[in-house]
Amino acid sequence: MTQPEATKAGEIVFDDVSKSFTSPEHRDSPFYAVRNLSFTVGRGELVAVLGKTGCGKSTMFNLLAGLARPSSGKVLVHGHDPYAEFAWFRGKVGIVFQNDRLMPWRTAIENVALGLELNKVPSAERLAIAAEWLARLGLRGHEHDYPHALSGGMRQRVSIARAFSIKPDILLCDEPFSALDEVTGNALRGEFRDLVRETRATGIFITHSIGEALTLGHRILVFQRPARIAYEAVLGGTPEDEIRAEILRVMGDVEAA
Amino acid sequence: MLPPPDAPTRGTWRNGPRWNYEGVVALVGLAVAWQIASYFFPPFLFPPVPAIAAHVLDIFLSGKTLLDVMATALRILAGLAGAFVLGAAIAVLMGRAPRFSRYAYPLLNFNQGVPALSWVVISIIWFKGTEFRIFFIMLMTTLPAFTFQILDSYRAMSKDLLEMTLSFRPSRLDLLRTLVWPSVLPGILTAWKVNLGNASRVVVVAELVGATGGVGYQLLLQQQVFDMAGAIAWTIVLVIFVLLAQRIIDLLETWLLRYRPVAERTL
Repeated sequence: MTQPEATKAGEIVFDDVSKSFTSPEHRDSPFYAVRNLSFTVGRGELVAVLGKTGCGKSTMFNLLAGLARPSSGKVLVHGHDPYAEFAWFRGKVGIVFQNDRLMPWRTAIENVALGLELNKVPSAERLAIAAEWLARLGLRGHEHDYPHALSGGMRQRVSIARAFSIKPDILLCDEPFSALDEVTGNALRGEFRDLVRETRATGIFITHSIGEALTLGHRILVFQRPARIAYEAVLGGTPEDEIRAEILRVMGDVEAA
Repeated sequence: MLPPPDAPTRGTWRNGPRWNYEGVVALVGLAVAWQIASYFFPPFLFPPVPAIAAHVLDIFLSGKTLLDVMATALRILAGLAGAFVLGAAIAVLMGRAPRFSRYAYPLLNFNQGVPALSWVVISIIWFKGTEFRIFFIMLMTTLPAFTFQILDSYRAMSKDLLEMTLSFRPSRLDLLRTLVWPSVLPGILTAWKVNLGNASRVVVVAELVGATGGVGYQLLLQQQVFDMAGAIAWTIVLVIFVLLAQRIIDLLETWLLRYRPVAERTL
């Protein structure tokens, strides 16, 4: 993917952000999941975040989604604090989680329509939009199926449709294809890439897979533990093989450290 | 929105509770055994089944006695509804405020240990009106089960689904409507089913001591005239009401929880 023109200020800004957790056993020495993390993401840019398990990617994700408050530093999305100004982001953020997180009591179409419903889109309109998204993702005829009747790949398609149906400005993805088999994952990855190109959403895509990061991202950030940037690469200039080798070297170093 | 009737993968009313033929056979077996016993014992101990059946029929056909059944049914439903509303409010407060929970938990546990008869005595001393006395007894005896069941369902709500729903920034009311209510609904239905049986036992005790109508009052009358057929008949009528109410809840549960998968093989 070639990098789009990024805004100078950045749509997503992490400014020296740390997030620590304390436990009764470690009251004096808090555990840092994210430490002094700084980066920006420009408008229409999709940044892939790579890192090993436990490096704080998901904590960074929760900070970005407004589901957790930073211990220090500033997180800004569109110039607003996603935690403090929680309601301001209604209808602006679409999230695809690692697992599908479908409501078991809602049919596929009702799950897709959830975000639209919460954004007060009228019933007929939201169901029409949801049906259109299900059709786009190859689920025509499954609109009224409950999640338990769908395969893992189909359920993840429903969750992708749910995220895109609200036309989000910001797209956040937390390893959305990691629980799928390779064939299904590859197929969905392709569809996902087309959707991102089409909607031009600004986004962050967390992944374990270097191949996935190279396929989907405009830029790649490699995290070390606790979440800090160990390596950054812009795709489109440097040959992919070189980037892959560098990522492997850095991740090896990170592991050794 | 409800899915169309031809959708292939949904649960349907047909997946719901069916007639249990073995249960019917067991009940008929009990009636036969009772009838055989009636040949060997005097009627005040084991009255013949036709005499009991005639009493049951009388209760249903006589408007006056049917009113007694309705009074008991309404007392049960009013008590359960009151306990449900209060229990749900306490459960939500306990779920949202851990400090409140620490105060409320021991009080509810203490209440669990208080016998229904104690509440009967207390309510007679405290209150004047019969109906309010019965309502109070029903409320106090069924409140802990409702509260604990709803609280458990609230606490067991999926954190994943909560985060997903919050990511859309819903209002409090929308969060309650789209996530909390459907999450706690199975627990609420279970609580109603469990409490219905408890309430039918408690209401009779409450009616025994203060009421001038209802199944409990009628049972007291049968005891005073030593009419075993009447006592059994009134008991059967109460059981029929409880079974009907259970059936309605079962059907409601089947419809409301139709999204649940049905396994071909059971444990």
